[in-house]
Amino acid sequence: MSRCSNLVDVGRRHFLRGGSVAVAGLATAVLPVGGAKAAPANAQINYPSNRLANVSDLTVNEPMDIEYPDADSPGALIKLGQAIEGGAGPDGDIVAFSTLCPHKGWQLAYDSKDSTFNCPGHFSRFDVEAGGQQVWGHATQNLPQYTLRVDDNGDIYAEGASDLIFGRPSNVL
Amino acid sequence: MAYKRQIDRLPIPPKDAKVHNVTCHYCIVGCGYKAYTWDRNKQGTPTENAFGIDLSKQQGADGTWMAPSMYNVVKQDGKDVHLAVMPDHDCVVNSGLGSIRGARMAENRPSTVTGTQQQRLRDPMMWRYGVLQPTSWDDALDLVAQVTARVVTEGSEDDLVVSMFDHGGSAGGYENTWGTGKLYFESMKVKNCRIHNRPAYNSEVHSTRDMGVGELNYQYKDYELTDTIMIVGANPLETQTNLFLNHMVPGMRNGAKVIFVEPRRTVSVNAAEVAAGKDNVLHLQINAGTDMALFNALLTEIVAKGWVDKDFIANSTFQDGIAQAQDAGHPAALGSIEEAMKSCTMSLSEAAGICGVDAADIAKAAAWIAEPKDGARRKCVTAYEKGIIWGNDNYRTIGALVNIALATGNVGREGGGVCRLGGHQEGYYRPSDAHVGRPATYVDQLLINGGGKVHHVWACDHYKTTLNASQFKRIHKKRSDMVKEAMDAAAGGTREDLVNAIVGAVNKGGLFVVDVDIINSQIGQNAHVVLAACESNEMNLTSMNGERRLRLSEKYMDPFGNSKPDCLIAAGIAQNMERVLKAMGKADYAAQFQGYDWSTEEDAFMDGYNKGNPEVTYDRLRQMGNNGVQEPVVGFENGKLVGVERLYSNGEFGTGDKKARFCAAGWRGWQAEGKAEEQAKYKYWINNGRANIFWQNQFLDQDNDFIQDRFPFPFIEMNPADMADIGAGPGDLVEIHNANGATQAMVYPTPTARRGETLMVFGSPAGSQGNVINPGVNELVLPDYKHTWADIRKISDAPATVKAISFKSKEYKSV
Ligand code: SF4
Ligand code: FES
Repeated sequence: MSRCSNLVDVGRRHFLRGGSVAVAGLATAVLPVGGAKAAPANAQINYPSNRLANVSDLTVNEPMDIEYPDADSPGALIKLGQAIEGGAGPDGDIVAFSTLCPHKGWQLAYDSKDSTFNCPGHFSRFDVEAGGQQVWGHATQNLPQYTLRVDDNGDIYAEGASDLIFGRPSNVL
Repeated sequence: MAYKRQIDRLPIPPKDAKVHNVTCHYCIVGCGYKAYTWDRNKQGTPTENAFGIDLSKQQGADGTWMAPSMYNVVKQDGKDVHLAVMPDHDCVVNSGLGSIRGARMAENRPSTVTGTQQQRLRDPMMWRYGVLQPTSWDDALDLVAQVTARVVTEGSEDDLVVSMFDHGGSAGGYENTWGTGKLYFESMKVKNCRIHNRPAYNSEVHSTRDMGVGELNYQYKDYELTDTIMIVGANPLETQTNLFLNHMVPGMRNGAKVIFVEPRRTVSVNAAEVAAGKDNVLHLQINAGTDMALFNALLTEIVAKGWVDKDFIANSTFQDGIAQAQDAGHPAALGSIEEAMKSCTMSLSEAAGICGVDAADIAKAAAWIAEPKDGARRKCVTAYEKGIIWGNDNYRTIGALVNIALATGNVGREGGGVCRLGGHQEGYYRPSDAHVGRPATYVDQLLINGGGKVHHVWACDHYKTTLNASQFKRIHKKRSDMVKEAMDAAAGGTREDLVNAIVGAVNKGGLFVVDVDIINSQIGQNAHVVLAACESNEMNLTSMNGERRLRLSEKYMDPFGNSKPDCLIAAGIAQNMERVLKAMGKADYAAQFQGYDWSTEEDAFMDGYNKGNPEVTYDRLRQMGNNGVQEPVVGFENGKLVGVERLYSNGEFGTGDKKARFCAAGWRGWQAEGKAEEQAKYKYWINNGRANIFWQNQFLDQDNDFIQDRFPFPFIEMNPADMADIGAGPGDLVEIHNANGATQAMVYPTPTARRGETLMVFGSPAGSQGNVINPGVNELVLPDYKHTWADIRKISDAPATVKAISFKSKEYKSV
C-alpha cells in the first residue's frame, strides 16, 4: 500500500492538493451553500453512493486506497478473510474506514500483521477487526467506518459513515 | 462492534461566539483550550465562523477540527447555549494538541439537553426515610453545622475527621483549597485529616523538600533543551500526555537520549524508541521496589568517575557533615555529599544483583546522565512519579534520586531539573498545617479503630483510592450505618431530636458522614448529608501546572442544578457553624467562624491567594490568557505578571541557609510492614497503573459511552503464559485475592509483561485495586500502593460487553 509506506509526507501532500480540486470531483449530494431559495435542509445529510471497487479486485488483508465521500477524504477498503460483525460482501468480511486519524488528522498506516491502523502522529492504533475501535490513543472516537453495499455484480458501494471524519464539520462538505 | 457516535455533522460557531480561556483540568499538564459559546438559535457558516478558517475545505493534518466530543449544549446564565471546547494552538503547553481526556471536556459537561453526565449532583441531599432525599442548602448545612458543632464542643476538634483534596484542576484550585483550608486550619485546627489519595495529611515528596529542592523546579521546555531525559516510575505518554508529545518527543528528536527506570515495558518506552531510535533509549527494567539501590549505584559511579559538578556542590550544597539528623520526622539524615556517600555508596555489581539489571547498563546510564559531552557538562532532566512516590521507602528513594541531580548540578539550569510529573494540577493555598504534625495521623487506621465521630469528605472517594480498602470500607459502612439507623428511628421528630439521635449514635461508635462531591461517589453511599459541588468552568478556578504555570480557567457555564463551588460550600458551613455556636452560647468560638462573607469564588481568591500574592488578580490572569505566568509571581510590569522560568537558577535553594542537602539514603530492602512476607507468599505481583483513556477522571467516564465501550471492566495486564496457568482467555474476569481482600478485573493479554508481574488499573469504580493492598506505609505515612502480591483465579468467561472489544497490543508499530 503505497500511501502507507511514507505516511507523513503523503498525508500532508494529499491535503496540499486543496479542497477546490476535490469539490469538482464530488459525486452527488452537496448541500446547497447559500442560495436565496434553497430547499429546506434534511434532518440528516445525504451521503453519496460511490462505487469503490469490485469484490474481485480485493486481496485478503491488502487494503485498497479509496476516497469517500469525496476525493479529499482518504480511506481504505479491506477484505479481512473471515466474516466479521458489520462486514459486507459474500463472505461478510469486507470493511472500509477513513484513514485520517481522528486525533489530529495524520494519515494512518495499515499493519497487516495484526490488522490495525497505526498513526505516526502520536502513536494511536485502531483495530480493523473490532469495528475500528481505538486500541490505544488520543482520538475521542473510533475510526469512522463506511456503510457498504455490495450488488449482484460484486460492485462495492460506500453509502454512509459511522462517525465524523477528521477535518470537516460535516461528512459531506 | 465498536461504539459508533453516528454523528455526521456539527453546528458551526459564529464569528461572534464568546471565547473563554480554559485550562484542561483532567491532568497536571494543564493544556490550554478555548471554549466557544453561542446562542442556541445562531450558527456560523463555512466561511464566516469563530475559527476564521474556510470550513468548506478539508482541513489538513494538525488543523483545527471540532470533534463531536468537543461539542455540547449547556446552561449559561440560565439559557441553553452551544458549547465547543477546542485545544488552543497558541498555548505553549500543548500547541493545539488535545488528548483523549481533555478533548472530551465538552461532552463530559452535564447537559439536560444532550443528556450527558446525568450522574452529576444537582442538589444537596439528606438521609431521610431510608434513602438520600434532595433538600435545600439551608436544611443540609444546618444539619452539618448542628452535628459538627455539638461533637467538637462536647469532645474536641480531634473528633472531626476531614478528607480533602489538596490539589488544583478539577476540585481543588486556589479558591477551594483556601475555602476548605480556612475552615479547617484557621477557624478550627483539625489535625485528623487526610488527602484524596493517601491516608494522612502529608507531602508525597517530603525528602526533596527537606533537601531544599521543590518538586516542580523546571519548565517543560527543558525537555527540548537537554542531552538526557531520565524517567523514573512514570508513564508520561499516558498520564502527562501532551507534556510527552509536545516537549519530550521534540527533545528526543533533537537528539536527547532517554533512560527509563521502570519494571514494566510501557507505551512510553515504545514511543520513545520510535521517536529517539532504539539505540538512544535505555530501559532499566528493574526488580520491584529496588530503585534506590540503582540510584545509589549511579551516584557512586558518577562520583568515582569524577563526573560531579564540583563548583555547584561547593557553592550550592551543604558542606559540613550532617545538617539534619535522622529522627521520627526524617527517615534519613541530610547533609553534605560526603556524609551522604557514607550511606549511599553501592557498587555496580551489588546494585545489579539487587535490581536484576546488567552492571554494564547501570554504567551506561551513569554515562548518559553525567559523562561530559564534547568537553562540556552534560544536561540531564529527571522526572519521577508514582512508581517511587507510591513505592518502596519513599523518603530515601526520592532523596537518592535527587542526590544524582544535585551531584551533577542539574537543578535550576537549562535542560535540567528533577521534578515529579504530577497527577492533578496544583493549587494549594491554605493557612499553616503545622498543627497536623509529622508524622501525621494515619487517618484510615484512626477510623478503622473507632476514632473520629464526624467525617467531612471533600471530593475524595476512598472506596477507590485508598489502601487496605476492603477493611476500610467494611468499617466505614458499619459505623455510618449506625447513624443511619438512628436517623431512621428519629424520623417524624424535631431537628433537635434528630441531632440528639445522631450525636447519641456517634457516641456509641457511629460515624456521621458529610460528603461534598460532584457525583454520587461510592463513599457517598455512606453519607448522611451530601453537598453538591461544581467544578472548574462551572466556576472560575485558578491552578498551576507541572511547570508552575498559573492560569485562570474561566467560567463559561452555570453550575449544574443548585450545585456550588467548594469554597462557597465551605463558607456556608462556616456561617452555619457561627450561627449554631452562638445559639449554643459559645460566642468566642463562634467568632472564629467569621470572615466568610464571600458571594463568588473570586471573593475567596482575594481573601486567600491574593493576600499572599497581591500582584495576582483575576483581571490580570485573564489578560495573561492560556500561557499564564509561571509561579512564583515576582512582579507586574508593562501590563504583565512576571514569573520565574526555573526555580533555583541563582544557585540558592529552599533551606534556611539556601544550601541544598544530600540525603543519606541507605538501602534497607522492603521498608513497609508486611511487604516482604506478602511477596514470599503469593504468586503474582499486582502492580497498579493508570491508563491514557481515563487516567484520573474515571469517575466521570463511568458515564461516558465511548470510554465504557473500550473498557467495561478494569483491566489487568498479564503475560499469556500466566493466563494459561489459570485457564483465562482475553477478557475473562478474574479475582485477585490475598489476605487483605479481593477485587476483580478483566484480563488483557500482554506479552511484554514479565511472568508473575501483572498491572491492574488503579482507582476503577468497577473493581478497586486498593482492596488487596496491605496497610503498610512509611515512617511519614506514605502508602506503598505499588507493592502488592496476590493469587489470581478465573471467575467468569468474558461477559457479553467484553466480547467485542479489542485485546491487541497497545504498542504503536511503525509500518
Ligand atoms: S494532557 Fe492532561 S491537561 Fe492536556 S488535554 Fe490531556 S488531560 Fe488535559
Ligand atoms: S494524529 Fe493520529 S495520534 Fe495524533
